[in-house]
Amino acid sequence: MSTLAYRGRRWFSDHVVLIYAILVLLYMFTPVFVVILMSFNEPAARQTYQFDAFTWNNWTNICAPFQLCDSVAVSLKVGLLATLVATLLGTLMAFAMVRHRFRGRSAANVFVFLPMASPEIVLGSSLLALFVNAGFAGVLGFWTIFLAHVMFCLSFVVVTVKARLSGLDPRLEQAAMDLYANEWQTFWRVTFPLVFPGILSAALLSFSLSFDDFIITNLNSGQTVTFPMFVWGAAQRGIPPQINVIGTIMFLVALALVLGGELGRRRRQIVR
Amino acid sequence: MSVSAAHLGGGEQQQAAAVEPPQKRGVTGYILLLPGALWLTIFFLVPTITLVSTSLYDPAGSVETGYSMTWHWQNYVDGIRDYGVQFGRSLVYALLATVACILLGYPLAYAIAFKSGRWKNLMLVLVIAPFFTSFLVRTLSWQLLLGDNGFLVETLKTLQLLGPDGHLLATPFAVVTGLTYNFLPFMVLPLYASLEKIDPRLVEAGHDLYASPFTAFRKITLPLSMPGLVAGTLLTFIPAAGDYINAELLGTPTTRMIGNEIQDLFGAGAYPVAAALSVTLMAVIVAMVFLYVRRAGTEELV
Repeated sequence: MSTLAYRGRRWFSDHVVLIYAILVLLYMFTPVFVVILMSFNEPAARQTYQFDAFTWNNWTNICAPFQLCDSVAVSLKVGLLATLVATLLGTLMAFAMVRHRFRGRSAANVFVFLPMASPEIVLGSSLLALFVNAGFAGVLGFWTIFLAHVMFCLSFVVVTVKARLSGLDPRLEQAAMDLYANEWQTFWRVTFPLVFPGILSAALLSFSLSFDDFIITNLNSGQTVTFPMFVWGAAQRGIPPQINVIGTIMFLVALALVLGGELGRRRRQIVR
Repeated sequence: MSVSAAHLGGGEQQQAAAVEPPQKRGVTGYILLLPGALWLTIFFLVPTITLVSTSLYDPAGSVETGYSMTWHWQNYVDGIRDYGVQFGRSLVYALLATVACILLGYPLAYAIAFKSGRWKNLMLVLVIAPFFTSFLVRTLSWQLLLGDNGFLVETLKTLQLLGPDGHLLATPFAVVTGLTYNFLPFMVLPLYASLEKIDPRLVEAGHDLYASPFTAFRKITLPLSMPGLVAGTLLTFIPAAGDYINAELLGTPTTRMIGNEIQDLFGAGAYPVAAALSVTLMAVIVAMVFLYVRRAGTEELV
C-alpha cells in the first residue's frame, strides 16, 4: 500500500511540470475554442456575450456584414505584397550578414534589431510623422500600409533566415566544391535548398504579422480598412459573428500549413 | 527573437556548425545589403528622426496649416504632466504581464524542452497555433470569457472568491490578463530555445555531486537559460508597454494606457504632443532595457 502511495507521489513529481504545461496550453487554446464556438452563434442581440442559438448561417453568409469581405481582401493583398518584398530584401540582407565581410557588421545587426525592439505605437507614429511632414497626409491608404508592413516584416525575415543560414554546416558546401561544383551550382543545388525552409517560415511569419497588424496600420491607413481595422470598428458597434468565422478559418489554414510542413519534414526524414 | 522566428518552421537546425562559414570580401556584400538597408533607413530611421523633430514643433500648428519648428520643449513637460499617470500605469501593467508570462511560460518551455519526448514538435506547434487567430478576435473572445454572466465570474462567485457584485471585465485584472495572454508565446519560444541547448549531462553532474533537484535547477538550469529569459522578458515587456488594444477592449477609461493616449492625440491631430509622448515612451523603454540587460549580464541579444 505504501508502495502504491510512493509510486503515486513519484509519478506526480515526475509529471507535475508536464501537467502544468498542459494546463497552460489549455489556457492558450481557450479563446480559440470560444472563437470557434461563437462562429456558430445566432446572436439574440446586437452586442452579445453568450452563446444564444446554433446556426450555420454565419458560415454560409460570411460576406453579409458590410465591408467585411472587402477588408479581408485588402488584408490579403497587403499581406501577400508585403511578404513578397520583405522576404526578398530580408533574405538578401541575411546572406550579406552571414556570408560576407563588410564594414559596420555589428551596426547592421543593431539596425535590424531596433524595429523589433520598438513598440508598435512608436513605429506607427514615426511613420505618420514622416508621411505628414512629406505632405502625404491626404494619400494615406493602401500604399502607405504596404510601405509600413514591409518595414516591420523585414527585420523578422532577416533574423529568421540568418538563424537558418548560420546553422548550416559549411562542410556540405565544401564537399560540393570538392566534387567540382562551381560556385553557382553549389549555391543553387546545395545552399539554397538547405536555406529554403528558413525562407519559407520567414515568409509565413511575415504574412501573419502583416495580416494581423493593427496598431501601425491604424495610424497610417487613411480611409482604407484592413481586416483588423474592421474588427476594431465592429467592436465599438456590435460584433457580427462572421468575424469569428474568419478567425476560425485563419486558425485552420495556419494549422494546416504548419502541420503539413511538419508531416513533410517527417516523411523526408523517413525516406532518408 | 531570432529563435522564436526560427522555430516557426519547427526544426532543430540550431546545432550551429563549429566551423565558421566562409566569408567573402568584396562589394557583393554591400550590394545584397543595400535594398533592405535603404528600406529600413527611409521607413524606420528617417521617421524616427522626424518623430523627434515633430515633438519639438509649435503645437499651435495643424496638418492643414503646417507646423513650424520652434524647439518647443514644453511639449514634453505638457505631455508628462497630463499623461504621467497613464505612463506609470502602462509600465506597471506591462511589468505585471511580464511576470505572469514568466510564471506561465517558464514551466511550459521547460516541459517542452525536457519532458515532452516525441511530442516536442507537436507542443511547439500548439504554442504558436492559437496566435494565428487574429489578435483582435482573440482579445474580443476574452471579453466573453471574463464577461459578467460568463462561466468564470459565476464560478468565482460560487466559490465566494468574488463578491456578489464583483466584475472581472473592465478591471485592471482583465487588461493584465489580456496582455499576458497575447504576449505569452514571445516568452515561451526564446526560453525554449535557450533551455533546449542545455546539455542534460550538466544537470546529471550536479545530481552526482549531491545537489537537490532544486539546487541543480537554481545553479545550473536557471543561469544557462538566462539569455532566453532576458530575450523573452524584452519581447513581452516592450510590446505590452506600448499596447492599447487590451486596455481599450478589456478595460475602462480608468485603465487607459499610454498607447491609448498617443493614438487618440494623433487621431485628434495634436501631433507635437503625441510625438513627444511617443519619444518619451521609447526613451523610457531604451533606458529600462539598457539597465536590465546590464544587470542580467547578457551581451548576446541579436
